[in-house]
Amino acid sequence: MLMRITVTLLMAALLVFGIVSWADYDFWLMGPSPSHYTWWWPEEMSTLGQHADNLFWLIMVMVTVMFAITMGALTYSIWKFSAKRQDKAVFSHGSHKLELLWTAIPAALLLVIAFSQMSTFAAMQFDSSMEDENGEELPVLCEIWASQFDWRFRYPGRDGRFGTNDDFESAYELVMPMRDTFGDPDKKKVVFLLRSRDVLHSFFVPHLRFKRDAVPGMTQRIWLGVDDEQLAEIMADREDKSFDIICAELCGWGHYKMSGRVRVLPDAEYEKWVDEMTALQFGNS
Amino acid sequence: MSDPNASSIRPGMGEPGTTRTSHEHHELGFIRKYIFSVDHKVIGIQFMLLGLVFFVLGGLFAMAIRYQLAWPWESMPVIGDLLFPNTGQAITPEFYTMLFTMHGTIMIFFVIIPLLTGAFGNFLIPLMIGAPDMAFPKLNMFGFWAMIPAVGCVVMSFLQPGGGPGSGWTAYPPLSTIASASPGSLSAQTWWLLALTWVGFSSMMGAVNYVTTIVKMRAPGLTMFRMPLTIWALLIAALLQLFALPVLTAASMMQISDRVFQSGFFTPTNLVINQINPEGAGAAAGGQPLLWQHLFWFYSHPAVYIMVVPAMGLASDILSVHARKPVFGYKPMVYSLCSIAGLGFIVWGHHMFASGMNPALGMTFMVATMMIALPSAIKVFNWLGTLWGSRIQLTTPMLFTLGFIAMFIIGGLSGIWMAATPVDIYIHDTYIIVAHFHYIVFGGSVFALFGAIYHWYPKMFGRVMNETLGKIHFVGTFIFTNGVFYMMHQLGMAGLMRRTADPYDYESYAHLQPLNVFITISAFCLFVWQIFFVWNFFHSMFWGKRVGRNPWNAASLEWEAPSPPGHGNFDSALRVYRGPYEYADPSVEEDFLAQTRDIESK
Repeated sequence: MLMRITVTLLMAALLVFGIVSWADYDFWLMGPSPSHYTWWWPEEMSTLGQHADNLFWLIMVMVTVMFAITMGALTYSIWKFSAKRQDKAVFSHGSHKLELLWTAIPAALLLVIAFSQMSTFAAMQFDSSMEDENGEELPVLCEIWASQFDWRFRYPGRDGRFGTNDDFESAYELVMPMRDTFGDPDKKKVVFLLRSRDVLHSFFVPHLRFKRDAVPGMTQRIWLGVDDEQLAEIMADREDKSFDIICAELCGWGHYKMSGRVRVLPDAEYEKWVDEMTALQFGNS
Repeated sequence: MSDPNASSIRPGMGEPGTTRTSHEHHELGFIRKYIFSVDHKVIGIQFMLLGLVFFVLGGLFAMAIRYQLAWPWESMPVIGDLLFPNTGQAITPEFYTMLFTMHGTIMIFFVIIPLLTGAFGNFLIPLMIGAPDMAFPKLNMFGFWAMIPAVGCVVMSFLQPGGGPGSGWTAYPPLSTIASASPGSLSAQTWWLLALTWVGFSSMMGAVNYVTTIVKMRAPGLTMFRMPLTIWALLIAALLQLFALPVLTAASMMQISDRVFQSGFFTPTNLVINQINPEGAGAAAGGQPLLWQHLFWFYSHPAVYIMVVPAMGLASDILSVHARKPVFGYKPMVYSLCSIAGLGFIVWGHHMFASGMNPALGMTFMVATMMIALPSAIKVFNWLGTLWGSRIQLTTPMLFTLGFIAMFIIGGLSGIWMAATPVDIYIHDTYIIVAHFHYIVFGGSVFALFGAIYHWYPKMFGRVMNETLGKIHFVGTFIFTNGVFYMMHQLGMAGLMRRTADPYDYESYAHLQPLNVFITISAFCLFVWQIFFVWNFFHSMFWGKRVGRNPWNAASLEWEAPSPPGHGNFDSALRVYRGPYEYADPSVEEDFLAQTRDIESK
């Protein structure tokens, strides 16, 4: 009897805690949070990240329902079908109908999840997402270079071409414009080339829900888009207007300290920053 | 139904279901009997002891990892002087990379796979199919002894300059191949690769044996669809090993070749690693780091299923026995095992969604990954169907099996987010992943293993383990397991990356230390709590209550043999009349109907 109560309570506790903690986002916001960070993910401020977050919540709903059904059935069975209360178990080898039911429903749900994410993934990673209306590749803002254990960002300078005399470098801090020249928030795209000098690294910006390995020997085109309204709202009460870049692939003993920051500037301020950097690295030009 | 007389005597194998004891007149000496034994039961127990010893070592590594994450760079009380005399009694960053590399390696290759396929595969297969031994007993012995060079290679890798490999259990090049990239890549990595190759050698010999034995040596009347699900699961796992292991072995050889012979399979051109250009240092280049990832995961994703499929089989058997009810949907259970195995070969790319792999390929892997959630879901529903209307006896094996189901539900459901590519981009390599696979491998496989040890212990040693201690062991393990791994979901949501020795310098992570302290304390409790198991295990071996052949009133064949079974296993000829889960059959008075019981001719 004691064991029956104990195990039922353990399972019930897991059931309740599971549902509360997964379905109630506020639950974790109560965590100790001296900064703007909680025990949940940081605020989202990219043009595409919202789609990923929505997909997360769609799965959350399905998973929570499934969890409640299965954990609930498990907890109930442990309480209800105790040996002390039954003489003999039901003699059954299964049910064809039930099998069909619990194959077809999860299959349908999984297919819904599978197909509903395709367009977002394509928009994130396919080359076509980095072209303008005419199929021309969008210009590259800068090269992101990863190496043990720092991030460097090489800008093409005023002439817009790499490998010329006016290229300049920024270490640690990636500065990017909002690029709202199109006027359409979905088209705010800034394209980068992601490269590594030595081993694998991974370029992870939690606020932009972006992560991609920097693979030595490969040059990858990636893009980031920042939603300026979200950004303004989130950064309003902060002194430091930049946010974390984190290395997300083991790159050696110093992996843990391979950090960087992203700072997003309005287009005009960005141009000013380019001038400052050029002046800083080459004197007045 | 096939004719039970169809399986006649095969040359060299003995008649299935009969005993060989009558032919063995001489008693074997201690060394032949317990050390270099060809008896599958002894080999199984050898694998189990090896796995449990390494479990302690892998657990200690986990504790060190947890210490560092809770109190980074702080000097360790008591043991600090002994372990880190030159670094202020504290873990160094290099040492930390070694810790998680070897924690993963040991737990996967020296604990979970040897315990599931080595220990229970060896011990249970002949007993559950009514065979006197494995098809190739000597090969079986070599399978165990191939683990010894593997252990030797692991020890050697710790003794190398750099103090052990440090490129993760995934060993991604160029970090793992270029000596200047990491202290662990000096020479320790080569020994690590050799250790893996020996483990593969051992698994391969086991797998060949399991498949042959299961296909050829079943007792008369034991058709494929009368086999216990444990046997099905071990067959599937053996097939996975047979098809996937050669790729890992080839990949390991390629990496060894890159490291030792300066070939360039995985080394691209124009690298400058720690101010050294590998090409300048004589290495060939022009390789592709992603190639290793594809080859590695082509093995290691099926390996993930090798680590859980046998646990599913063990859990199904234990569940049916202690719930006194037939397994619900036996055939769907078999088919879902088969589809896990089939799909398991085409989902490896889901470890690489953020790797720079062609996104069109990623899309394909995503759909396959979504679909592999289905057979796992079907299994959960069928376990619940088994419990529904059953007569649950809350014995220790049953408790751990119920724990297995609960943990598998959590670990299985959290996997769905990982299959959703846009979400995975964020959670890839965060602590959500760590939480997910620990729920499957610790909460799932290890719980099933504990259940299996408590359940088959009487068959192994002729004595039962203490039930009270077993229940205490379960309650604490269940609570602390959730204390450790549940909160890791939250760390992962906050974006905390795995393998970071000291994350708190990042603005995003600074507030996560209290959560990590909580997890670490839970982990210490979890580790210490296993004393109840260790004590129970060894104490019961000599002083446990003696039991007869069938202490659980189970219906499958292994309970027909004496406890413990002698050489040749069975002392009378077996004939099988039905499946292994005939509990609560209303046509007989008892609540179980043994597979061998002939009720029609009486």
